Amino acid sequence: MRWVNLTISRSTGLLLGALPLAALGLAYLLAAASRHAANPADKILPLPGAMAEAMGALLFDVDPLSGQILFWADLLASLQRLGLGLGIATFSTLLVGLVLGALPPVRATFGPLVTAIAVIPPIALLPILFIVFGLGETAKVALIVIGIAPYMIRDVAGHITALPREQIAKALTLGASSWQIVLRIALPQALPRLFEALRLSLGPAWVFLIAAEAIAADVGLGYRIFLVRRYLAMDVILPYVAVIALLAMLMDLLLTRASRRLFGWAHLASR
Amino acid sequence: MLSLRNVWIEYGEKVVLERISLDIAEGAFVSIIGPSGAGKSSLLRLILGQEAPSRGEILLDGQPLAPECGPDRGVVFQRYSVFPHMTVLDNTMFGLECAEAPFTARLFGARRRAARARAEAMLEAVGLGDSLNLYPAQMSGGMQQRLAIAQALIKQPRLLLLDEPFGALDPGIRADMHTLITGLWREFGLTIIMVTHDIKEAFSLGTRVLTLDKRRHDPHAPHRYGAGVIYDLALKKGAPIEQAEEREVVPLAGGITIDTKDNT
Repeated sequence: MRWVNLTISRSTGLLLGALPLAALGLAYLLAAASRHAANPADKILPLPGAMAEAMGALLFDVDPLSGQILFWADLLASLQRLGLGLGIATFSTLLVGLVLGALPPVRATFGPLVTAIAVIPPIALLPILFIVFGLGETAKVALIVIGIAPYMIRDVAGHITALPREQIAKALTLGASSWQIVLRIALPQALPRLFEALRLSLGPAWVFLIAAEAIAADVGLGYRIFLVRRYLAMDVILPYVAVIALLAMLMDLLLTRASRRLFGWAHLASR
Repeated sequence: MLSLRNVWIEYGEKVVLERISLDIAEGAFVSIIGPSGAGKSSLLRLILGQEAPSRGEILLDGQPLAPECGPDRGVVFQRYSVFPHMTVLDNTMFGLECAEAPFTARLFGARRRAARARAEAMLEAVGLGDSLNLYPAQMSGGMQQRLAIAQALIKQPRLLLLDEPFGALDPGIRADMHTLITGLWREFGLTIIMVTHDIKEAFSLGTRVLTLDKRRHDPHAPHRYGAGVIYDLALKKGAPIEQAEEREVVPLAGGITIDTKDNT
């Protein structure tokens, strides 16, 4: 059978998907083992035992300086910043994207502003945010919001603008007002797209979080990674990166599942 | 009932329609045919209110027509006439909900039950009584068009506009839809204006057939002249139309040619 026609069953798919990951892990182990054979004190590619030991201290021991268990404090701080940033971005996207997409006068007035903000590299704004909001939490959350909201707004607004004109005409002939069209036609059709935009923004959101934490923070996953870099502590950096990757995958999965459950109609065509 | 007085549509230099003067009587079933690009759909959009005429005026019951779609005119397009995020029932109830609940556009309790009953009766009339909870993506093209018709008729529009409503359907389904629309037209005393590519459909359904085409053509400036109504045929229809079975379309020898290409 030709490759384009092959269908992969769920179990085979899982197995096939696991293969490259397993190969990557094995390659790492082999490389680490060979480096340790040459130099038992090697820090660049730590063995799993060393990673477990280093992480154990961060996971279970109270740090005498701050009085906190470092890993959990880092995780909590980062997730709080990320959650606030994503939440504010999502909410403003819904509000702004909806009116921008559905109402031509609003689009004409504020569309160029959103575009202008969207083309600025957010990291270039970070110094301004630190100057304006200080070095506290606000600046970090603001960076995430400014980093992802304009993209999400443009995506959702574009999706609503692209709704067939026939649909709007039909709604008008059914007696709908502008408000009713926004509420019952534009909003429900924007929501699946919003979830999709949010899902695709998770990657950039993490980038902005880590960047903000690397520059000015005293706790957080990104802060820890950049702190222990000074000691070449790969045994901490690698597990932290793995945690970030796992969290990102988990959020991605949850959003996909939630969208399928909440907006079944939007996924009918692709089935 | 509907009058067009010397109506033109021009886009800059390009004249699409010129000198259209029509009176459409209550209860008529008007078919509009003509070659691609003859402005059939433009004329329909004009009556629908999606576009304003560049000259002339359109009167509905003697009142000038606002250039905005409104609930006095129902419409069924070839595609995208139904809302993909609503079930069949919600699609049909939407018109009622808009009228009765200006702020939430949703009905609750007894009023919802009343609207639901009306919607169910209407869906029964178009043959969708068993599909109340399906989404449009789960239905065939014919079922979607039935839904679009039910959705429009529940608002009891003065005028029902059909823009190639059956163009995307296969011949068997199309014959069913012809029977359906003829039945509904009689039952509800509708006034219908239908744009179609299918001459046979135009003549078998309509009580009046309008043919749009250019009266004059300047080969050096093809857009200089717009299309007008070149034939306006009133068909006598005493007896019910016998058109249950779909026969082969007889190819026209010479005369006007109507292309069957997709014209959206």
